[in-house]
Amino acid sequence: MEKIFNQLCEGLFSELESNEALTLSFSGENSQFIRINNASIRQTGLVDDANLGLKFISNNRTCEGSMTVSGDYDIDLSRGKKEIERMRFESKEILEDPFLVMPTNAGSSREVINANGLEFDAAVQVLIPPMQGVDLVGIFANGKMFRGNANSLGQKHWFETESHCLDYSLVTPERQMVKGTYAGTDWDQQSYESYINRSIEKLELMKRKPVRVETGVYRTWFEAKAIADFIDMFSWNGISEASLQQGCSGFGKMRHNDIRLSPKFSISEDFSSGLVPKFNSNGETGPESLPIISNGVLQNTLVSSRTSAEYGVSTNYAEDTEELRSPYMAGGDLSQKDVLSRLDKGLFLSNIHYLNWSDNPGGRITGLTRYACFWVEGGEIVAPIETMRFDDTFYRFFGSELESVGSKVDVIPDVLTYGQRNLGVVTCPGILTNEFQLTL
Amino acid sequence: MEQIDLKKLLSAVDVPADWVGIREVSETHTPRIVRDGVPQMNASHTTQGLMVEVLANGQFGYYGTPNMTNEGVARAAKKAFTQAQLASKHATFQFTENARPANIGSYQSPFVKEKDSLSPGELNELLLDAYNQLKVSDKIVSARALLQTIQTVFRFVSSNGSNISQDFLMLEFDLSATAADGANQQTRTFGGMRGNCLQMGMEYFDKLELLAQSQKIGEQAIELLDAEECPAGEMDLVIASDQMMLQIHESVGHALEVDRILGDERNYAGWSFVNLDDFGKLQYGSELMNITFDPTLSSEFASYAYDDGGLEAKKEYLIKDGVLKRGLGGMESQIRSGVSGVANFRASSWNRAPIDRMANINLEPGESSFDDIIGSVENGVYMESNRSWSIDDYRNKFQFGCEYAKLIENGKLTKTLKNPNYRGISNPFWNSLKMIGNNDTFSIYGTPNCGKGEPNQVIRVGHASPVCLFENIQVFGGA
Repeated sequence: MEKIFNQLCEGLFSELESNEALTLSFSGENSQFIRINNASIRQTGLVDDANLGLKFISNNRTCEGSMTVSGDYDIDLSRGKKEIERMRFESKEILEDPFLVMPTNAGSSREVINANGLEFDAAVQVLIPPMQGVDLVGIFANGKMFRGNANSLGQKHWFETESHCLDYSLVTPERQMVKGTYAGTDWDQQSYESYINRSIEKLELMKRKPVRVETGVYRTWFEAKAIADFIDMFSWNGISEASLQQGCSGFGKMRHNDIRLSPKFSISEDFSSGLVPKFNSNGETGPESLPIISNGVLQNTLVSSRTSAEYGVSTNYAEDTEELRSPYMAGGDLSQKDVLSRLDKGLFLSNIHYLNWSDNPGGRITGLTRYACFWVEGGEIVAPIETMRFDDTFYRFFGSELESVGSKVDVIPDVLTYGQRNLGVVTCPGILTNEFQLTL
Repeated sequence: MEQIDLKKLLSAVDVPADWVGIREVSETHTPRIVRDGVPQMNASHTTQGLMVEVLANGQFGYYGTPNMTNEGVARAAKKAFTQAQLASKHATFQFTENARPANIGSYQSPFVKEKDSLSPGELNELLLDAYNQLKVSDKIVSARALLQTIQTVFRFVSSNGSNISQDFLMLEFDLSATAADGANQQTRTFGGMRGNCLQMGMEYFDKLELLAQSQKIGEQAIELLDAEECPAGEMDLVIASDQMMLQIHESVGHALEVDRILGDERNYAGWSFVNLDDFGKLQYGSELMNITFDPTLSSEFASYAYDDGGLEAKKEYLIKDGVLKRGLGGMESQIRSGVSGVANFRASSWNRAPIDRMANINLEPGESSFDDIIGSVENGVYMESNRSWSIDDYRNKFQFGCEYAKLIENGKLTKTLKNPNYRGISNPFWNSLKMIGNNDTFSIYGTPNCGKGEPNQVIRVGHASPVCLFENIQVFGGA
């Protein structure tokens, strides 16, 4: 893939006229997908895919395009040339762009993570036997992923990694479920089998008869995976500077009214794990760590170069969409072994589901409990709970009601595969809140 | 986009499979956005590739490839065949080629004016004019006009004789104005959730109508800033068609997907409160409720003649007089479940395998006029345009928020309300359907953003509905 990208860069940059600039962004994958239902294979197949994005600047206009990369150089060069011709023509008649972001050459990079991964033809025979005897449903995604970026000023970045991920649920005959995600780079059969076995052990707790809890407020422990879902909401009408400027951010109260979260809450954008590319789709590389909220105080929003040009705020080289790509929430002092005793009586929520802003300016988020969520009394798990809807604001559960933050910080991989396999991670601990509102 | 001969490619396949199919998808979508008087996007994105699918030992295997040469397809078929063989020892179900019915035919979506009948420059000017109408006051802190054309070419051939060709021209159009006064922020759009999605040509862009709509949206955003908070309590709720779209989608459409009921989606999108033995028996809603799968409604976003497995698409009642009759299941699900289904085996593109999806799922109109409905309400709320949506993994407990509402007092629309929300449980909610609007209240919407499946797929769906009245619903306001 890297060779294909390099050849296309050479061929397409040579097409440019003197007053034109071009940035190319590449994403590709060679992936295997095995879809599983009831520990057997529902659908299986392979996908080779590669896409080249083109951002063309001329005549004070910006045009964008993208094309599928077939792997045949002549076909792909022809497609790329046609795109440049189309954008060259269009740039003569569309509206002028006063906030152009011209490419720069701030240095190149190359990062290739090789792994001793699982061969596609070997996957079924090692994956399926350990899950026999339980109702396992989910998806196994496996293979290489590629990201590249280059511009007509000579800057070039390449990132390549190989990984596998089995994202699954185990289900009891009473329809209670436990969630698991086995992800990594090198394949380790023993490690895989013991991970599955630990999930099966967790399923035992789900065999207790579920209890129905009433609507109202409860002391609540959220596991890290649930917190990761809340943090994902920060990337949607949240921590984006453009969203704040355009009046559609849940962080407006922090910006305009100096409202603070708990001093125990700190989150940053942190690329030090190396699990995601440091460069964005414009080829820009931001700071390795950028504090977003420190001890409850809003420190930085995510600012793309375009937002910087439009609103006169310094860029921190965020993606154009100003989403968190590698968030890191700092751990606290509550040890995992003390969680149940500190909770004493209330809810233990492992996962939450289908979040949405119910009042974006108020920071209020609604969603549902899902998977291993329990009622706890006297510091002990009593039973799973029936699905409940919550509706509460992060100004409470990350703010006034935040009692403790867990000391153990988990790395939660982004398992989404819309269009292509995602690369992101959220790193965060669990939290204990004094109150959390259930509504239905 | 390059023209390719799928039949020739099919003849290049040399594997001892029980069935082979090749599906080509070539699609160009062209989003253009003007925000705050400045172009934010002028783009054209093209994807093209093939899904080669084979059946071996009762198991389908696939290979999605952008390599559309004889050699590329031959290699893809071999790899897909190997994957199918390996998986067949652990298959969920043993299929035959009956899961891919043989059909020959074509479809062309309706349009009057070609995509290129308006130039990029003219489209930019149209969006700028719309922006200028949206910006009715300095309190509009941001306003945006968006349009996207989508041109899709779909071809499908198979070893059992299918030869299907479908061509689509689609539009997405949205207007949005955000008014703010400090942390008090209100956004009004053109139908919510990018709801104006249709199969249509450039004749859609009637400039005077769009400018009038833009001004109304800007004015309503300002109106919402000073509006009263939506009251909380149990009351009658009248829902406009652009919110009914979402109500149908989340609490009927997804719940009736047979692959969900069979458990395929339990790790991601979820399960369903509907069971296989509910078909033919369950009183899903009141007797006024008639839900159809209708791929034949002209201009609706997800109209087509054949699904991605080759099954011919026809209008069918899913719910008739409130009783559940038929599932949203393509041939694979119909064979697995024994439940009657529809032609809804669909994939998002060439790089994903088809699964059970919604297409056009509509609520058929009734007899009541809008005035009759409002006039019948003593104390209630009328809501328009979705802005928030969430429902549980069994499609039971939902909570939806809207952009704009009016109080209904003694049969009349009175004050404007902000932050309107409501919540309920699907089955009792639909059984509380009390009045259903007539054809004059019936509108066609759609959304490009329906997510489901593993690997994930986002797909286009259409929903048409009249205005409806539900009684005794939990309604509430903002934080």
